Parts: sequence; structure tokens; C-alpha cells
Amino acid sequence: MALISPQNRGLRLGTRYVVLVLVALVFLFPLVFMVVSSFKPDSQLLADTSSFRAFLPVGDISLDNYFDAFRRAPIGQFMFNSVMVTVVTVSVSILICSLAAFSFVFLEWTGRGLLLTIILATLIIPFETIAVPLLLVVSRLPWLGLDGIEWGWLNTYRVQIIPWLVDALTVFLFVQYFKDLPRELIEAARVEGASWLQVYYRIVMPLSGPILATAAILKSLKMYNEQYLWPLMVVQDEAHRPVMVGLGYFFQLDVAWGQVMAYLTLISVPVLVFYLFLQRAFIASIASTGVKG
Amino acid sequence: MASKLTRSNLAGWSFALPGFALLAIFIILPFFFGFWFSLTNQRLISPNPTEFVGLSNYESMLGLSVITLEPERDDDGLIKRDDDGAIEYPRVRTVTRSAEYPQYQGMREWFRWQWGDDAIVVIAKDVVFMKALTNTMLFAICIVPLQGGGALLLALLINQKLKGINAFRTIYFMPVVISIIVISLLWRFIYKGGDEGLLNNMLHVLSLGLFQPVDWIGNTHTALGSIIFMSAWQGVGFHMVIWLAGLQTIPPTLYEVAAIEGTTRWQTFRYVTWPGLKNTAVLVLIVITMQSFALFSQIDVMTKGGPLDSTQTLVFQAVQRGYGKQDISGGSAISVVLFLIVLSISLLQRYLTRERK
Repeated sequence: MALISPQNRGLRLGTRYVVLVLVALVFLFPLVFMVVSSFKPDSQLLADTSSFRAFLPVGDISLDNYFDAFRRAPIGQFMFNSVMVTVVTVSVSILICSLAAFSFVFLEWTGRGLLLTIILATLIIPFETIAVPLLLVVSRLPWLGLDGIEWGWLNTYRVQIIPWLVDALTVFLFVQYFKDLPRELIEAARVEGASWLQVYYRIVMPLSGPILATAAILKSLKMYNEQYLWPLMVVQDEAHRPVMVGLGYFFQLDVAWGQVMAYLTLISVPVLVFYLFLQRAFIASIASTGVKG
Repeated sequence: MASKLTRSNLAGWSFALPGFALLAIFIILPFFFGFWFSLTNQRLISPNPTEFVGLSNYESMLGLSVITLEPERDDDGLIKRDDDGAIEYPRVRTVTRSAEYPQYQGMREWFRWQWGDDAIVVIAKDVVFMKALTNTMLFAICIVPLQGGGALLLALLINQKLKGINAFRTIYFMPVVISIIVISLLWRFIYKGGDEGLLNNMLHVLSLGLFQPVDWIGNTHTALGSIIFMSAWQGVGFHMVIWLAGLQTIPPTLYEVAAIEGTTRWQTFRYVTWPGLKNTAVLVLIVITMQSFALFSQIDVMTKGGPLDSTQTLVFQAVQRGYGKQDISGGSAISVVLFLIVLSISLLQRYLTRERK
């Protein structure tokens, strides 16, 4: 290395950055195109694809596509539905999964090993393979509403929330994390006479910041971004439809690409903003799924 | 080692039960229902009671045969040829609809090849299912090296100590946080055929006008490949992060030793980096394979299985039958086949990565 002259080193550094930038462009160009196009009228949007103007906010720039998109579909309702389903599922799911993992790691009870094995075995069942029978199950489940018992869960929020409350991955991540917590702390608290519930929320939860962030991020991405097939099957009414399914509105009859781009931008930007602010936590959460147990 | 402090059946069960009960109702129960439905003629809504039909759903799905067609000959015994000189064969229909061969009843041609003067024709009871099966396999086989290998290259690229490297990591990871539905729609525009498509136009400009426009997802030759590329583009950042986590577990002292030994870059990778990444490699491989067998959203948004079933996949077929056509039993049978494939892959992985003593 000592033989390399400073000029050469500068050149090498330069090449490295050129490579990094070129790769970055590959990942950025569709996203830049999406955002930029959402401000252009359809005729210009199509014409601009023939040059690098496609990636520049030039020409007849306006918010018209956004106004039109809002007129075309109840976007506010869709956003509310998605956010509401995501927030409720994520918070309840974290509570239930962490309690179960807590019990598996710190308590000793008959059947513990068997139950944990069964839960982890479901990791290899892809949701897509049970979607159809699950549809049959939820269409016949009872629900105790205000007017007594009703049958069938179709076209509700609960059908989008309750089946997603527990997943093996979240339980697994909590179990892995709890295993590394010092057991002496828990035993000491028990000696002092703390109940198990107190141990859970006074001692274990305050130590669980990183895993709570990880679980919340992974689950939120799943609930907000990937809820497509399931709501397509179980939600037919507008009042409960999430954003990803709402896209269908923009593909009836003629496709107005400007409005499509506006809608895509609208539903993606909130996640992107979260990501840019919390990128360390996002990347750490993905990395933690790679730590083999 | 049960101690009085940590032993409690009541507390243990009551903490774990809510989670287990939900999992049992919404994952385990439908899973077994799926197995059961695949042995019946269950439909979503039907006036007739459901009947047990044994393996007939599987038979009508997996039925496969090979027939040999001899060329048509004229009165002199010479092989008939069409205007382009290609040999003429009797139609497959004459075999599959003939009363002479009841075993081929209802089968259709899947593909054929020529063997001497004869044509070997593979016929299947359910050609669409066969295409879905092979497309899914093909998708998995192509995307594993593309996405897994691409992710490793990105991880090595991003693992350098350079100013501003975090900004690049942020950008490479960005598509991961965007919904695959959004990505698929966006790429549907990018892949548009003719001179309206963004990709066609970009390639046209970059190749200084040499590139001829392609109808990327409207053409049977390029449709599946286009979806593979897009899927890898979206997911590669995810596995880059997993590789990075693996790279960071390799002790720096090993690299120092390598530097002292004066190894080349390739040798360093081959003998230091790669052995340290073995576990990560298995994980990446398995995760991508599993995901690729669940391929649905991209297909539903971009091609609906077309053109000419060239992008049919198992999950898309399972949903189309079980939900679209309300044929729950047929959809369930596909799901069971899919599950068995995933299960065998994961068992194979267990076997390959078992602790060797």
C-alpha cells in the first residue's frame, strides 16, 4: 500500500464514490420518478419519459393530481383505516407476544416446551397457504356486538386485526432477547415478593427498549405495507378498506397515471419519513432478524 | 432445574395462553382445514353438502403423461410437411379425446420436443397448474443468486470506511420500506412497452439509440424475468443489512493477519470473509427461497398471471381458484402442495446445516 502515490489514492477514492453513486441511482430513479411525476399533467408525464426531464420537476408543475385523486377516491378514509389497523395490531400484538415469550423464558410450567415448539413450527407456514381456509373460518366466527351475537367477521376492522395479533416471528424475537437478560434480576425481584405481572412490567419491559422497537417496526411495515391479499378477500366495503387495496380505484376505465403517482406518493411518504428519522432503528431491526437462534 | 421461584403452572399458562389460542384459531386451525378441504369438494357457497373425494383433487392437478406422435404420412408413406418444411403431426386432441385412450381423457398439451421424426408431447391434466409450479420454481432459482448475491456485493460495497457511507446505505435500503404493491405499480409504468415506457426510453438514450423497445411485461419471454428483476431490486437492501450484520461478526484481527500475510483481495474474501459468513449465507438463502414461494402481490398487480400464463404462480393460482372461482378444495390442494415444497426445503436446510460432530 505504501507504494501508492497520493494521486493514485485520490483516483481510487474517486472510483469508489462513482460506483457508490451509480448504484444509488439504480435504487433512487423509480422513487424520484414517482414523486416528480405526481406533480405533472398526464400528457407531460408521458412525453417527459423520453428524456431525463422524467426525473426533474420542470414544466407544468401543480398539485392538481393530488386534488383529483382526493376527488376520485375516499383517500382520507383509506389512510385512517390503514393507520388504525396498524396501530391497534402492533400495540396489542406486542403485548400478547411479549407476555407469551416472558412466560416461555422466565417461568417453568408443564407443557412449556411443547407449546413453544408448536408456535415456532408455524414459522414455516406461509400465510398465503392458509388464506383461503382462514377466509372460511372468519366468515363463520361469532362476535358479541352491541345488538347481541352476530355471525361472520367480513367487512370489519376486527377481521383485519385479530388474525394478525400473534405471529411466530415476533414471539421468537422476544424469546431470543429475553434469554440474554440477567435472570438474577428476575429472581431477586421474586424474592422481594413481586408478582409475575410486576416482574414483567417493572423489570423486563424497561429493559426491552431495543426489542420493542424492532418488533414494532417489523410489524408496522407488515401491517401497513403488506396488507393486500387478505383485505382483498375479506373487505368489500369502502368504509374498512386499507390503502393498498384502495389503489384499485385508480385503475378503473382509463388509467390516469398522474393521479396514480400522486396516490403512490401519498401512501409511501409517511413510511419514508419514519424511515429517514429512525433509520438506525429500522436497519437494526432487520439485522436482528438475521441473528440466528 | 425447577426452583420454587420460577415454577408456576397458573402464571405460565395464563401468560402464554392468549398468544397460543390466537395462533391456534387463526393459523393452526385453518392450516389443518386446508388439508381436509383438499380431500373434499368444498366450495365457498354451495347448495350441495360437502363430500369426501379422497385424492381426486390432487390427481386432477398432478396428472401428467407423455405421448409420442408419429408424423402424418401421405399415401406413398412419405412424411407430410407444411409450407415451411416443418413435419406435420396429428393433433394432440385426436389422442386425448379418443375413446381408445381413456387414460388421457381431458388432458392438454403442456410442451413438446422433437425426437427423430417423432414428436414427444408432455400432456397434463392441469396445464395452468404445471406452469404455475414451474414458474414458481424458476422464480426461486433465479432470484436466490440474484438477490442474495447482489445483496452480498452491496454489503461489501457499503462495508468500507468512507465518508458519507451511511447515506448510501440509507438509499440502498429505501425500497425495502416501500410497499411491494406501490413498487409493482410503479414498475408497471416503468416496464410499459413501446416508446412510452420509462425503461425503454432510458435504455434508448443510454445506448445512443441502439436499443429497440421491448414490451417487458406484455411479452411471454420477458414477463417473468422482469418481475424477477423488480423483486430483487426491492428486496436486495433487506439482505444487504443481514449480510452486513454477518460481516461485522468477523473479528478484525483475522483481517490484520491476512494483511500481514500479504493476501490478495480475493484471497482475503475467500479465506477470511466467506468462511465467517457461512451461517448468514444459509439464512439468506432460506429466507429468499421461502419468500419466493409466496410470490403473489407482484403478479396480481402487474400481470394477473399473463401473458399466456407465463407468470402464473402457485399462490396466485391457489387464490384464483379458492377465492376467485370459489373452488376452496382446488385452492387448498395447491396450498398443500406449496406447503409440502416449503417444508421439504426447510428440512433439507436443517439437514445440510446440521451440527457435524
